Amino acid sequence: MSTTAPYTTIIGLEVHVQLMTRTKLFCGCSTKFGGAPNTQVCPTCLGLPGSLPVMNRRAFDLALRAALALECTIAPFTKWDRKNYFYPDLPKGYQISQFDLPFSSDGFLEVVDPKGAFEPCRVGIVRVHLEEDAGKSMHDEAAGTGDTRIDLNRAGTPLCEIVTQPDLRSPQDARAWLNELKLLLVYLGVSDCNMQEGSLRVDANVNLHIPQPDGRIAKTPIVEIKNMNSFRSVERALTYEAARQWEDWQATKAEMGKTPKQTRGWDDPAGITRAQRHKEESSDYRYFPEPDLVPVTVSQQQIASIRGEMGEPPVSLRKTLAAKWNIPAYDADVLVNQGRELVDYFEDLATRVGEGKVASNWMQQDVLRILNETNGTVSDFTVRPEGLADLIGRIKKGDFDTSRAREIFAEMVTSGRPVDNVVAGMGIAAVSDDDVISLCRELLAANPKIVADVKSGKEQAAAGLIGQAKKKNANVNPGKVRAVCIDLIRGME
Amino acid sequence: MSTSPQTLTSKDVAKVGLLARLALSEADLERMTGELSKIVGFVSMLGELDTADVAPLAHPLDTQNVFRDDVPVASLSTAEALQSAPRHDGSCFLVPAVLGDSGAA
Repeated sequence: MSTTAPYTTIIGLEVHVQLMTRTKLFCGCSTKFGGAPNTQVCPTCLGLPGSLPVMNRRAFDLALRAALALECTIAPFTKWDRKNYFYPDLPKGYQISQFDLPFSSDGFLEVVDPKGAFEPCRVGIVRVHLEEDAGKSMHDEAAGTGDTRIDLNRAGTPLCEIVTQPDLRSPQDARAWLNELKLLLVYLGVSDCNMQEGSLRVDANVNLHIPQPDGRIAKTPIVEIKNMNSFRSVERALTYEAARQWEDWQATKAEMGKTPKQTRGWDDPAGITRAQRHKEESSDYRYFPEPDLVPVTVSQQQIASIRGEMGEPPVSLRKTLAAKWNIPAYDADVLVNQGRELVDYFEDLATRVGEGKVASNWMQQDVLRILNETNGTVSDFTVRPEGLADLIGRIKKGDFDTSRAREIFAEMVTSGRPVDNVVAGMGIAAVSDDDVISLCRELLAANPKIVADVKSGKEQAAAGLIGQAKKKNANVNPGKVRAVCIDLIRGME
Repeated sequence: MSTSPQTLTSKDVAKVGLLARLALSEADLERMTGELSKIVGFVSMLGELDTADVAPLAHPLDTQNVFRDDVPVASLSTAEALQSAPRHDGSCFLVPAVLGDSGAA
């Protein structure tokens, strides 16, 4: 944060992610997104009398995986509790959640910027627990019926709730940290973290610490912000809210504890937060142990087995890639941040090319640029690693220079055809060594001044020959022309 | 834990009523305050027991780790799901207008 601000912004996050299961947490209904309303419901998730929940093994294992990736301590014994509140999208009248014995607690996730634009930001995790989602309420004001429509397809979907310590100090840090969290969970196959489909939701708690002239730190009332639909919205909402609290502080001097915790909703188009109902206190939820679910114990062997199948998290993959392929930390960061598929593409390419840095440069300057321009994904990218490796191999052989290769690459991308095919189609023919030598001889005969300069030791004078060579034969490789010319001139001595 | 009988105020009962979404009249409140105080009083008898050496019980059954596989099973049809609802529109449950934020999670 800026050192000139008269306050410190204190931010903690509460993130809900939908786990990548095929079925709900307590019943066999599908969790597939986008089904027609109330087509993925059964007596259990409708909360009908006599139905009983049974825990989804996969959901528990995925939640455990998330907690381990967040360096949490796993509780050897865990249970579920009923969180009681009435809302039409909660058919049982309670949510099955975890209160006093969550399955994990006390972890952290760090985000580091390889360019050093911000300080490494290590955020403590208070707890990760497993709970069920509610359904969806839809109010169609245009229809004017005055009814709210309830779709319970989502009710009972497994969610992992991740609660951070108030360790973040700026809206920018919060956004960067969320990006890292999302990357981690996607890498480990815990969640697809698709915010549009509600697979990842973020609430933020924020207040200000304001140093007073007497040395005391005044703390503004904590506000919980909801309804943020993108990480960009999270950053904007926090920026707005910090400024609003500063204004409010100057006007009212209201401090934490003197007013109840407030919930405010982010209105994205308006760019402001609005006050919502006062949130119930924890005791108002009247938590009690869920009698319909038995407790779960977790052994060290289970933890080891989950760790074994977890895959490499981004933080260590960056280091692995940098060391294995001898590429800068910045390169490894860019590649890893694009996701597992792009890393696999890169490693395939680097293996074929035999040189990590060359492969990395092509990934960043060409593959990623085109993917960004076309909004494409690497899995749909027309040029596969073998095709690109072929092209890079031809540059190394001296068949064409890099700028020519870029033109060929662009054509490979749009046409989906291999190098040779594109080269033939573009009328680009590799120039034979004999042709290059005879061309260079011609140039030397026509440029005695340059020859003399090179002879006197000014090798850079040979650059003047390259433009002429390109005019005579567009397909000629400038580097090769230069080398051949200098060799020939030296041979004259 | 205190062993003295607990008494509730009508304010406590009004709050519990609100959380239960019950509209309690003044007469209801007065009656409920008396009845609920008695119930709480009965339960507070438990406070007379010495539980210092008794481990907290998370569940009355001596069973743990009951799971099912993540395999989809057929859901109800929408018509079946909605058939007992007081009001529906053939695809969704209908409830009186709920405005404002969701109470979820």
